[in-house]
Amino acid sequence: MDLIANHISHRFGALAVLDDVSFTVRAGEVVAIVGPSGCGKSTLLSILGGLLQPSRGRAEWRGAPPPGSLNPLTFVFQDFALLPWCTVEENVEFPLLHTGLDLAERREVIDDALRRTGLSDFRGTYPKQLSGGMRQRVGIARALAVRPAILLMDEPLSALDSQTRELLMEDFVRLLGGGAMGAVYVTHNLEEAVRLADRIVVLSRRPGKVREVVSIPLTRSERGDVTAREKLLALQSDLWSLIRKEAIDAEREVQHA
Amino acid sequence: MLDRAENQKGSPPADRDTAPRLVAFRGAGFTPKAGRTSGWIALALVIGFWQLAGSAGWINPLFLPPPSAIAVAITKLAVSGALWHHLSWSIMRIGTGWILGTIAGIIVGFAIGLSSLARGVGITFISALFPIPKIALLPLLILWLGIGEQPKIATIALGVFFSTAISVYSGVDAVPRNLIRMAQSFNVPFHAIVRRVIWPGALPSILSGFRITASVALLLVVSAEMIGAEFGIGAFVLQAGNLMQTDQLLAGVVILSLFGLAVGRLINFLETRLLHWR
Repeated sequence: MDLIANHISHRFGALAVLDDVSFTVRAGEVVAIVGPSGCGKSTLLSILGGLLQPSRGRAEWRGAPPPGSLNPLTFVFQDFALLPWCTVEENVEFPLLHTGLDLAERREVIDDALRRTGLSDFRGTYPKQLSGGMRQRVGIARALAVRPAILLMDEPLSALDSQTRELLMEDFVRLLGGGAMGAVYVTHNLEEAVRLADRIVVLSRRPGKVREVVSIPLTRSERGDVTAREKLLALQSDLWSLIRKEAIDAEREVQHA
Repeated sequence: MLDRAENQKGSPPADRDTAPRLVAFRGAGFTPKAGRTSGWIALALVIGFWQLAGSAGWINPLFLPPPSAIAVAITKLAVSGALWHHLSWSIMRIGTGWILGTIAGIIVGFAIGLSSLARGVGITFISALFPIPKIALLPLLILWLGIGEQPKIATIALGVFFSTAISVYSGVDAVPRNLIRMAQSFNVPFHAIVRRVIWPGALPSILSGFRITASVALLLVVSAEMIGAEFGIGAFVLQAGNLMQTDQLLAGVVILSLFGLAVGRLINFLETRLLHWR
């Protein structure tokens, strides 16, 4: 299943946030969206996931979702968005309650999602008892439970410490490695973008336009090699030089706002 | 540079600068903790002093009878059955009025929290009517509903309704929007979002509202019973005051206090059971 940003523009009142953004996320592909602060990355993701109506243009999908997919476009949120009154198991079960699955089927799906995210021993735990990294794992388990075609990830690691980020990044590489599931990965962290994405969409400062689309010339499995590190660093450096000036301008603009 | 400057001004000699000095602790205070026993000890001391003042004749018992006289009055009321008779009338009025007001308040509060139309209309009405002392409406309600139980119950229900509606829509407003967006992103239907996200998210505010409405109901039942009732704790307190039976009057006040405490305990219990996740 492909996800298409078709000439999307958006305004919040008088403030133009996105301007004619178009690109396609092909089935199984991971596309990172980077750009200076306030360029509309998260707004674009909300539009792609159907949580926000664009002022102009459309978010479209093409092709069939994978068999058994209960929610083809599924978000992983920056702030985890876990129900604090529900246990880990209940949080993962939450999106399944209205899908027509019976109890036994739900239990099977939940067990699988918890196993894949290493949460099997925490099923009766409440979110407040978990670390940030474990909470995000619950968010990922909940997303996996509905068998998405494309994960929409809005800075999923930005609220976490660097060690936890590294561990979860390894999980993302593993989960997205098979190519069965695509992702749109919004981040301000260029290292995360070059490690995970097949292509990187670079947005300009507000109103965000597609400034460049950069393909990563390495498979994700190749990116773990020592020799690949240099290439990735060079790519990261190129991306930074694309963004740097606008990032400085955007920062000044925010400070003056 | 700074050290040299200090020495030039005749500050402490050099050996004091090199000797280690303890960093003064500055983090004390601003963390009050309620001791488990201190409150009860203070209460016992006040009651003890009050009893001493009454027994020693420092206070005229007609104006302030000692605690022992109040205890005797409560015992007599309990044995004669008058206490239960008055209490049952008050509880019936509070219970009926509170339940009616709470149900209406929850429905209207949710409507205001979830619907733009209801919000536009409801908040205007609530802002205009909430500040009116509800007991002032009792004569009007008597005209409308007669002199039976209905106007008293309606007064309590009105008082409870406004506070409940406000706490419910405030609670709905306080539910983190990211949780609602999360549920929407999984195509969870509207009714399920209300039941599984908004209701539990608003519950802390709703239970805090219950604590306020319980006090409002108690206040209004006493006021309403003082204005127009033969039975009930409010009527009993008023009759005792008219007959200068201050021990009976204070017995009624103590019973009201105990009733309020019992309701507070019940709400604490509900909070412990329903909000254990906090």
